[in-house]
Amino acid sequence: MDRFSWTTGLLEMGETLVIQQRGVRLSDGEEKVKFDSGVLLLSTHRLIWRDQKNHEWCIAVPLSQIVFIEEQAAGIGKSAKIVVHLHPASSNKEPGPFQSSKYSYIKLSFKEHGQIEFYRRLSEEITQRRWESMPTGQAMQVNKDSQAGRIRAVGIVGIERKLEEKRKETDKNISEAFEDLSKLMEKAKEMVELSKSIANKIKEKQGDITEDETIRFKSYLLSMGIANPVTRETYGSGTQYHMQLAKQLVGILQTPLEERGGIMSLTEVYCLVNRARGLELLSPEDLVNACKMLESLKLPLRLRIFDSGVMVIELQSHNEEEMVAAALETVSEKGSLTADEFAKLVGMSVLLAKERLLLAEKMGHLCRDDSVEGLRFYPNLFLTQS
Amino acid sequence: MHRRGVGAGAIARRKLTEAKYKERGTVLAEDQLAQMSKQLDTFRTNLEEFASKHKQEIRKNPEFRVQFQDMCATIGVDPLASGKGFWSEMLGVGDFYYELGVQIIEVCLALKHRNGGLITLEELQQQVLKGRGKFAQDVSQDDLLRAIKKLKVLGSGFGVIPVGGTVLVQSVPAELNMDHTVVLQLAEKKGFVTVSEICSSLKWETERAKQVLEHLLKEGMAWLDAQAPREPHYWLPALFSELHAHDEPRDAIP
Repeated sequence: MDRFSWTTGLLEMGETLVIQQRGVRLSDGEEKVKFDSGVLLLSTHRLIWRDQKNHEWCIAVPLSQIVFIEEQAAGIGKSAKIVVHLHPASSNKEPGPFQSSKYSYIKLSFKEHGQIEFYRRLSEEITQRRWESMPTGQAMQVNKDSQAGRIRAVGIVGIERKLEEKRKETDKNISEAFEDLSKLMEKAKEMVELSKSIANKIKEKQGDITEDETIRFKSYLLSMGIANPVTRETYGSGTQYHMQLAKQLVGILQTPLEERGGIMSLTEVYCLVNRARGLELLSPEDLVNACKMLESLKLPLRLRIFDSGVMVIELQSHNEEEMVAAALETVSEKGSLTADEFAKLVGMSVLLAKERLLLAEKMGHLCRDDSVEGLRFYPNLFLTQS
Repeated sequence: MHRRGVGAGAIARRKLTEAKYKERGTVLAEDQLAQMSKQLDTFRTNLEEFASKHKQEIRKNPEFRVQFQDMCATIGVDPLASGKGFWSEMLGVGDFYYELGVQIIEVCLALKHRNGGLITLEELQQQVLKGRGKFAQDVSQDDLLRAIKKLKVLGSGFGVIPVGGTVLVQSVPAELNMDHTVVLQLAEKKGFVTVSEICSSLKWETERAKQVLEHLLKEGMAWLDAQAPREPHYWLPALFSELHAHDEPRDAIP
């Protein structure tokens, strides 16, 4: 604990806070010390501990003093700990709470948890050594030795000069980028004009344009991101690309759909497919346009749009109306259910659970009770007991 | 403009003229398609060149992205329409926004039980940045708004509602009309609103105010504090983050 120095706890210029955690106790090696309940702050440069009750009771140690760190798992009655092994204190260290210590390590006890994340961040900071490239406003290790001081000053000036050069370089790059961008946009604009002109020709022909030409045109529009001026469909929907995509989707979604009871919302599909791809992701429109083609391509999946506007993908074999009958049974067993409760029981998303209950209501099987406590569904006794 | 004559002869003549125009039209369209194909190839090359020099700029610089998007919009081009578009393929703009879309969906889903599907743009940005980790690119509020705009088409109710000092992002297909929006705006200052406040500020009848508040309660976007002094307070969890900017949300995404 003799590596620590008293500090105000304020961050210097150029120093950034990385993470903080309440409820941390400091120990000098194996011995308890008077640093029982504090907030532990990790910055890019230091590890700071501040007492929770008395904020002036604040100490810090530079990260450069850390040799390595270890985790100690929690036990019965014991909090999880991080053990921090330190270099010996330098001779010019600022005064701290201890003049000497027989231990070369300290322990941080996380009485209110947070140890895992803190350990991760501390490891990162120690590995990155950001304090070396980020000069702080106030010299961290005040060196009484003037020669060393001069060397350090040069070092900082050098860093500052590099930053300045980098800034100038960045500025130059940006203005060049903007210039190039403007030129590029001019060319793109020509493409847009051309596509409008072609669209006009197509309108005049009104049906005499070959299918092949239509397909070509649509794919050109898709490449450029130009809305289809003829049909006003979104962005070249129904292109070869979307047809291929539709077929691919069948392969990707078959199993996940089966695992989820045969139905998934389009947002779920979007996340699933893109997470799986990792790169060259699909745009939301790509997905919608591909799904719109599922039925016409006679694929085993279909797109369904509920009254609420919610869009889902279903297995062809899935029959939502049959599921409604099962839903009615479930609701009857429990007397009444909200969408949340139904979702939990059946194991589906709340969004889709609600749609199923609404459909059941539409079909006359359920009645709603709409109150401030939420939307609750009951079996429609008017129908069954008339 | 031809004088329109009557009679079979005139009709036949007109049909012939139309046919002639159509023929010419066919040839012209084919020529133009061929021309477009060539120009497309040239454009692709230009874009490749641009990308080789400035692709990093798009990825690292939010301001540059805004400029880029605005320019595209001006000329009538949507660089985010398709992952198969040139812009996406060569500049990688697509992947940036589509991935952001996934992250936005996940954050909204994780917090829906708490805020009913309404969240401020600030809190969304905070949560998304947390999820992306330390080394990921910076994400601006403009980036988020553009990604959300694209998500609308998926049908699950994504949209934005301006409320005074900020923007609320909706991620559920709940119907929120002008009345609801106006009450949300009123609640923005303190995070809660009361019936009498609504009536005095907006000059509404009590019944109208109650209906709006009940709708928000039903959707899970408002919580009722019936024990508040004088009259019930209707709190909006979505706006809590505005008031407690320094607290970490307890149930953050794992």
